[in-house]
Amino acid sequence: MRAAVVTFPGSNCDRDLAEALALHGFAVARVWHKDTDLPAGTDVVGIPGGFSFGDYLRCGAIAARSPVMAAVAAHAARGGHVIGICNGFQVLTEAGLLPGALMRNAGLRFVCRPVRLRVATAASAFTAGWAAGATVTLPVAHHDGNYQADSATLDRLAAEDRIAFTYIDDPNGSARGIAGVLSANRRVLGMMPHPERSADPALGPAEGAALFRALAAAGVSA
Amino acid sequence: MRARVTVMLKAGVLDPQGEAIRHALAALGFAGVERVRQGKVIELDLAETDRAAAEAQVAAMCERLLANTVIESWRVEFA
Repeated sequence: MRAAVVTFPGSNCDRDLAEALALHGFAVARVWHKDTDLPAGTDVVGIPGGFSFGDYLRCGAIAARSPVMAAVAAHAARGGHVIGICNGFQVLTEAGLLPGALMRNAGLRFVCRPVRLRVATAASAFTAGWAAGATVTLPVAHHDGNYQADSATLDRLAAEDRIAFTYIDDPNGSARGIAGVLSANRRVLGMMPHPERSADPALGPAEGAALFRALAAAGVSA
Repeated sequence: MRARVTVMLKAGVLDPQGEAIRHALAALGFAGVERVRQGKVIELDLAETDRAAAEAQVAAMCERLLANTVIESWRVEFA
């Protein structure tokens, strides 16, 4: 299986995400934001965390309009899998690949600590390694993780089982405690917590490894 | 032609930064500030000289980049 990890100016979790994917069996290509194509045969695209373009204008806003994102949108449109983590989640909402928006944390502080999450659905290639309702602890590190959408959108996400993760103790004011959401076809995931920082047993509890293991086991292809 | 775009959070969207400003103003002794909303101003110098064409251009810019219409509204003034 082939993964492509996108790097924007200011990305800082791109290498961690590439390592986590490689550790679980993916052949990983690194893609630059100015590239207009993904490598042939890309199955999964990773949009990493960081502070793309210095968070200018809005977090993820400039990155979402960069050349590579047209290729990412085309990959998603043909049913390809995409995972956006932290800034990557912000980029996917700004690009219109996921609904809602990530606003400044309600407490106005940067939050950097492990948080407990509930896996709200097991029905995706990303979350199939957990039972629905399972709890998992993953690190968060963000200033703008406050997920908001209008109530009709939130109701639709809940009704369609597209809320992937919720916070057990909401650290940022997100509507309905949402920490991650899925696209309508369940193949695009955006999440604020960092599974890639918790994917290698050498670095502590590897609770995030289950996501990459499940993704690899799903044998996803685009 | 100069366009001045004002981007604000939509009514009903919680503005934690505006709230923090309100608290700081109160701490400085400015009483009676009942609400603060914070936004941003973006000035554009346009080559376009036709007002209607400029309005259409700037509206497209606001919808596609300058504002995130999920949470923000925008308005434009021309000078």
